[in-house]
Amino acid sequence: MERRELLKLIAVTTGTAMVGMPALAYDQVPPVPLKDTPFSKEDVSFINDVAEVILPKTDTPGAKDANVGATIAVIAADCYTDAQRAHFKAGLNDIDTRAKAQFGKPFLLLDSDSKTTLLSELDREANAYNKKVGLWDVATDKPSDRKPDSDKPLPHAFSLVKQMSLYTFFTSEVGATKVLRYVAVPGYYNGELDYKKGDRAWAT
Amino acid sequence: MASNNYDAIVVGSGISGGWAAKELTEKGLKVLMLERGKNIEHIKDYDNAHKEAWDYPHRDMPTQLMKEQYPVLKRDYPLNESTFGMWANEKDNPYVEDKRFDWYRGYHVGGRSLLWGRQSYRLNKDDFEANGREGVGVDWPIRYEDVEPWYDYVERFAGISGNRDGLDVLPDGQFQPAIQLNCVEKDVAARVQKAFKGSRHIISGRTSNMTQPKPEQGRANCQYRNKCWLGCPYGGYFSTQSSTLPMAMKTGNLTLRPFSIVKEILYDKDRKRATGVEIIDAETNETYVFNAKIVFVNASAFNSAWLLMNSATDVWEGGLGSSSGELGHNVMDHHFRVGASAEVEGYDDKYYYGRRPSGFYVPRFRNWGGDKRDYLRGFGYQGSASRQGWRRDIAELGIGADLKDAISEPGHWQIGMTAFGEMLPHHDNRIYLNKQVTDKWGLPVLAMDVEIRENEMRMRKDMKQDAVDMFEAAGLKNVHGFEADYAPGMGIHEMGTARMGRDPKSSVLNKHNQVWDAPNVYVTDGACMTSASCVNPSLTYMALTARAAHHAVEELKRGNL
Repeated sequence: MERRELLKLIAVTTGTAMVGMPALAYDQVPPVPLKDTPFSKEDVSFINDVAEVILPKTDTPGAKDANVGATIAVIAADCYTDAQRAHFKAGLNDIDTRAKAQFGKPFLLLDSDSKTTLLSELDREANAYNKKVGLWDVATDKPSDRKPDSDKPLPHAFSLVKQMSLYTFFTSEVGATKVLRYVAVPGYYNGELDYKKGDRAWAT
Repeated sequence: MASNNYDAIVVGSGISGGWAAKELTEKGLKVLMLERGKNIEHIKDYDNAHKEAWDYPHRDMPTQLMKEQYPVLKRDYPLNESTFGMWANEKDNPYVEDKRFDWYRGYHVGGRSLLWGRQSYRLNKDDFEANGREGVGVDWPIRYEDVEPWYDYVERFAGISGNRDGLDVLPDGQFQPAIQLNCVEKDVAARVQKAFKGSRHIISGRTSNMTQPKPEQGRANCQYRNKCWLGCPYGGYFSTQSSTLPMAMKTGNLTLRPFSIVKEILYDKDRKRATGVEIIDAETNETYVFNAKIVFVNASAFNSAWLLMNSATDVWEGGLGSSSGELGHNVMDHHFRVGASAEVEGYDDKYYYGRRPSGFYVPRFRNWGGDKRDYLRGFGYQGSASRQGWRRDIAELGIGADLKDAISEPGHWQIGMTAFGEMLPHHDNRIYLNKQVTDKWGLPVLAMDVEIRENEMRMRKDMKQDAVDMFEAAGLKNVHGFEADYAPGMGIHEMGTARMGRDPKSSVLNKHNQVWDAPNVYVTDGACMTSASCVNPSLTYMALTARAAHHAVEELKRGNL
């Protein structure tokens, strides 16, 4: 039985999903191992490769350094509705299909220019598609929320991939502390800090 | 410990219950504080307080399973990984929505004092007089002057930061230094001041986040982490755990009993006094009786009304306090989710350091000082200015290094504010017992029949347009007004279900928060509010609780209870 199915069953029978854990005040959502998601190691590598094109390593770390693929798999497994998850997976497959049709080889084997060409085109298509179906406010900073019974059109699948990449990258430790700036305990507030172009933004 | 007899029982451990326990124990009474949920110990149980965004498996997003378990909570922002478990279990604790009502409950020691917004404002003189003058609901039985010394008292203890702004509409108090506005907010404040000739003000929010430590309470000042909802290990903001509970414990007079669902207040109809309470142990389902000379009801506005409805039903079918016909009626909240946002040009060479747990406040200006609208009362705004970060969309940059570099640097300044409007007490806005539906312990549940009405609808037009006008008058660009759906309860400011008044025929409580039909029962949480004002209400509950506790002990000494 899949972990998610098991948790659902426990939730129905006991009203709690926290099996064998003490009743903590702030409930601890346990880490989710990859085997409890419908994604494989290969899927994670693929997602990391796609995300690296969206957020490449420059003089600061990129999406692969943050291993966004692993977190994306968990969020897509547990937070997405079934329709979103299917759409997201189809979107990943579509990237590979396009790579083969356009360049004659799988996405993972493309050189970085071809990857960028392919995904830039897909990004333009996604923006145009979203507008065409009346989705003018598809977030780029967070995976879209959706009701399981919604009959609204889904955003273009690449939009889901992009949302996931941006969100998991900038909320990762690498993204927040090595690409952006983060101070765990600021200690005071200064509302007119001097800023010069090139200084990084705060993670939050 | 074996004794079931106490001087006083406090039902509930949130903001007002904590105050009741502190005041009564410090005055020498032996107090039993009953909390329906689990215990949460200060610091030790703040399991997420030091976690970062990347420590959450789903990066703080709710899972589908969480949404299934919390069909009400998922309607708005509170359902997330970081505060999961801090909201009442909806399956065990159902309620009925005749009309949509979003009820956000904290069933644990400390209640919503751990999760509150911390904005702390006094009601003004007119807030206490408007009902009487305008013929709305009933007149408050007290005036600002009755509460003023108690505001002083609770502010000094709780630690409220704010400026003394000298405005009649928002009385000054005993403040610690304010958390500063940032440079853009200061500039916009000056421009608004000028454009509206001093009739509209943007001031520093007044909040229970402290800017100076209180070593006598073991509390440090705010560390600007903006993680208040996770419980503050520094005690930087007021909560039961950080502030009132340690003081009550220190007296040696307090017994705290978690997992205690108070089922009814036991009532002696000959003496017209409560004799104690009966509880169900939430874990064992066993019932216990505790006796006391005084009962303070601080279970939160709706649950306090629920408890009264379930008490003394052999005398009054509708329960203790129902002889007025007003118990459970006159539900109020603050209606909001309407305002405006804008872009601020310039200040590219300025940024900020630290994450403020507060922002700016715009005190009410409608129907004030000669202004007259086609509705009664008014609203205030809460907002802030900040520089855009990685969350902004730059569609033209598509994907790649350029996009990453651009959003790794701050973008332009933006500002936004949301209005919080006063809701009038209306007899038909009510909650009542639905005995067909029961909770996990077989107890009847509340049904909600509340809606916003004509006065609120008219006010909402101004709430949006005035925000737009202010930003445009300040010369800001890309000004957008917004109005999102509001359902009663979303403000998490439930009030009015056992209102104070001057006449037992039209109010549940007298001017000292005593139930007219049982003077040794005091209700001092949001239930007691006769009108809602437009300011955040918790500070007023603190002041009224301290005032009522003082009265109770004096009356006890005089042999009147």
